[in-house]
Amino acid sequence: MPYQEIKLYQTGTFVAGNRLLEPEQRSVQARTGRSNSITSGHRACRGCGEALGARYVLDAAMRATGGKVVAVNSTGCLEVFSTPYPESSWQLPWLHSLFGNGPAVAAGVAAALRARGRDDIRVVGQAGDGGTVDIGFGTLSGMFERNDDVLFVCYDNEGYMNTGVQRSGATPPAAITANTKALGQTPGNAFGQGKSVPLIAMAHEIPYVATATVAELRDLEYKVEKAMTFRGARYLHVFVPCPLGWGADSADTVRLARLSKETGLFPVFEAEAGEVTEVSRIRRQVPVEEYLRPQRRYAHLFGDHPRPDIVARLQARADRNIARFGLLPEGDE
Amino acid sequence: MDKPFAITLDVGSSRANKTGSWRTERAVYTNRMPPCNDACPAGENIQAWLYEAEAGGAGYEQGWRRIMEDNPFPAVMGRVCYHPCETACNRAQLDEAVGINSVERFVGDEAIRQGWTVSVDVPPTGKRVLVVGAGPSGLSAAYHLARRGHTVTIKEAGPMAGGMMRFGIPRYRLSRDVLDAEVQRILDLGVTLELDAKVTDLEALRHEHDAVFLAVGAQLGRRAYIPAGSAAHVLDAVSMLRDLEAGEKPLLGRRVAVYGGGNTAMDAARTARRLGAAEAIVVYRRTQDRMPAHESELREAEDEGVLFKWLSTITQVDSGRLTIERMELDEAGFPRPTGELEELDADSLVLALGQETDLALLDGVPGLVVEDGVVAVASDMMTGCPGVFAGGDMVPQERSVTVAVGHGKRAARHIDAWLSGAAPEPAVRPALATFDTLNTWYYSDAPRAHRPLLDRARRESTFDEVVLGHDEGTALLEARRCMSCGNCFECDNCYGVCPDNAVIKLDQPNGKYLIDLDYCKGCGICVAECPSGAIQMFPEQV
Repeated sequence: MPYQEIKLYQTGTFVAGNRLLEPEQRSVQARTGRSNSITSGHRACRGCGEALGARYVLDAAMRATGGKVVAVNSTGCLEVFSTPYPESSWQLPWLHSLFGNGPAVAAGVAAALRARGRDDIRVVGQAGDGGTVDIGFGTLSGMFERNDDVLFVCYDNEGYMNTGVQRSGATPPAAITANTKALGQTPGNAFGQGKSVPLIAMAHEIPYVATATVAELRDLEYKVEKAMTFRGARYLHVFVPCPLGWGADSADTVRLARLSKETGLFPVFEAEAGEVTEVSRIRRQVPVEEYLRPQRRYAHLFGDHPRPDIVARLQARADRNIARFGLLPEGDE
Repeated sequence: MDKPFAITLDVGSSRANKTGSWRTERAVYTNRMPPCNDACPAGENIQAWLYEAEAGGAGYEQGWRRIMEDNPFPAVMGRVCYHPCETACNRAQLDEAVGINSVERFVGDEAIRQGWTVSVDVPPTGKRVLVVGAGPSGLSAAYHLARRGHTVTIKEAGPMAGGMMRFGIPRYRLSRDVLDAEVQRILDLGVTLELDAKVTDLEALRHEHDAVFLAVGAQLGRRAYIPAGSAAHVLDAVSMLRDLEAGEKPLLGRRVAVYGGGNTAMDAARTARRLGAAEAIVVYRRTQDRMPAHESELREAEDEGVLFKWLSTITQVDSGRLTIERMELDEAGFPRPTGELEELDADSLVLALGQETDLALLDGVPGLVVEDGVVAVASDMMTGCPGVFAGGDMVPQERSVTVAVGHGKRAARHIDAWLSGAAPEPAVRPALATFDTLNTWYYSDAPRAHRPLLDRARRESTFDEVVLGHDEGTALLEARRCMSCGNCFECDNCYGVCPDNAVIKLDQPNGKYLIDLDYCKGCGICVAECPSGAIQMFPEQV
């Protein structure tokens, strides 16, 4: 485990805080003084993983920089639900321009700050998976290869949720979306498509790349804080379940994020200059079925006409991640 | 105000948008009944005192005071209680039950070391209560009655207080220093203890007091008819243990047989080993799994070299020899004789076949009902005679120190209510915090620490305590293995996981949390991610 492990205080590392911990041992989210960078009243759906992830990331960034953060947001759920004119949920300087140009605008803000000699103010770009993986991908790659001083964060909910749950380049195989229906021999999204932007970011050999989920708060905060210790382009890919788009119970958001890691479907790791440096190992391994069943987007794999063959292919994807990143618990390899 | 081009409205905060109106269910902080508390015969609030002890330092005293609200014998409990709390503990389904008993012992011993005391914080009521018997039940009742301001007199037939804690439980399970310290703390509340004051005629005494609590125990060893030769040496276990405590060493010989399968049988056999018997053999008519003795007693007896003869009854006792008949269990699990006989060498036979109560003192008390040799009581512990209550081994229930202490507490509560003419406050019992209400992901992987045992050689020759206590560090870690089932322990998770910042953390010591209903959308993440199941969803009234 890369971040500081909390020894037995009943709950240890996994909860946000604990009355028995010294204040400095508590996560940012456990502190009454957290900045609440995105405040109440936003119009995200009940149980939104992205709203949660954005607060986790930005509050940690605010704490790491002493409150000197500018956020640049691509178009997407996060932008729409937080800023219906004239209201704003943002409690930090925040810019929005277009769907495809978030990384370019963030790079521009960083350049402007440099021109004004304000190297104390840091820039965080953020977008959903649509704005990162598909529409903003060109500008993101440009930001990476120029090594612009921006932390770019992708909140990955595996589809275009704001416009009605369409498939993106981050939608996993077999998942149902508005344009990948449960029809034909291989229902849902096709196997063999899509891409991993964390691995692409690593190919740019930028200083720091990491993945995280909203289920492991301390891991996420540690990675944001660590990202802020680097200058240059950094990329953080946060897995954020979407109750609406996935057909999941709003209460299951954190649980699904946890299961995505514990099944091996979403590998959680860190990389520096193109090399993987740390992986978060699985703590209690479960088969992918446990992750798939609570989501209606996978309902066609179960029920009256189950497709164990497709579940097995998804399990094979998880197993490949486990082998590739070495995700098994220590002693179980 | 002049606004920039194309801007017509001032910037506002989204806090103007009260998303709480979307809600169909609301999250509410609740307290469920932890299974340990549910199982405790003495009614201790175990989760609550562990919560205090988990803090370490000053938390030990606060935890001890929590125990003392229900049970005046923490250090005794930490030695002799058969801890049904641990049997019920939800953590057993995760790794292993929390060692509650070991923490209770540590906290109880700490109280004796540090000299912590309790006081009577209410004015005297002027009511006089007689307690008959200074065993665990009588002392517990006296303690609770004294703390409620009543004037209590205990009349004890024996030469010392403690009852079965002193005259039944051997020293190697309960150090007498510990017992004396906890008894003295009760007497220090102003309780009058009269020793060697056997009550023979309750009817005469009853009218001198406003209420009476009977707790005379069950100290007559039950006899079974076994044909015995004239030189056979047969004695009963309770008398043997009592005499030993009074300083008389029983003559047992080299080979001792103990007849019975309960805890007293284990105590008799283990005591025989310590008194020099080369061989102590327990003869029991059923099988090991059907034996009433507690598993830890059996295990410790085995460790000390006690031998067992299962499925056997004794049909004849002669000098130096027993005749034993083999039994077999029928389909209902009842032992049936097989007619196969064998002989067993034994210099003496100790009968441990259960105990009965001497109820002679109750003659002439009106309304009192005796059934199967014990006194019938209602759920408020009152006998058929108004104002006369009873508890402990003399009423029909499982017989253990903890059950007796619980009776004393319950009786005190009802005596107090009876004396003031009010109904007692009803005991609140919320729904059980079952394992499936927890989110165990969040608890640290933490294997249980077991208490060390005294070296075997010393266990066979001395009456030193067998089970040793934890040091502070180990006791603290063991306390922190508690999952706080059903009750908030301030882990901040609800505050962390709310996507709408709708959980307010009160910034004060022991500050807890509030749900901000202006913004709570009712997603239920806080409920799902609460480790201890202390938040529940309830439908909104529409």
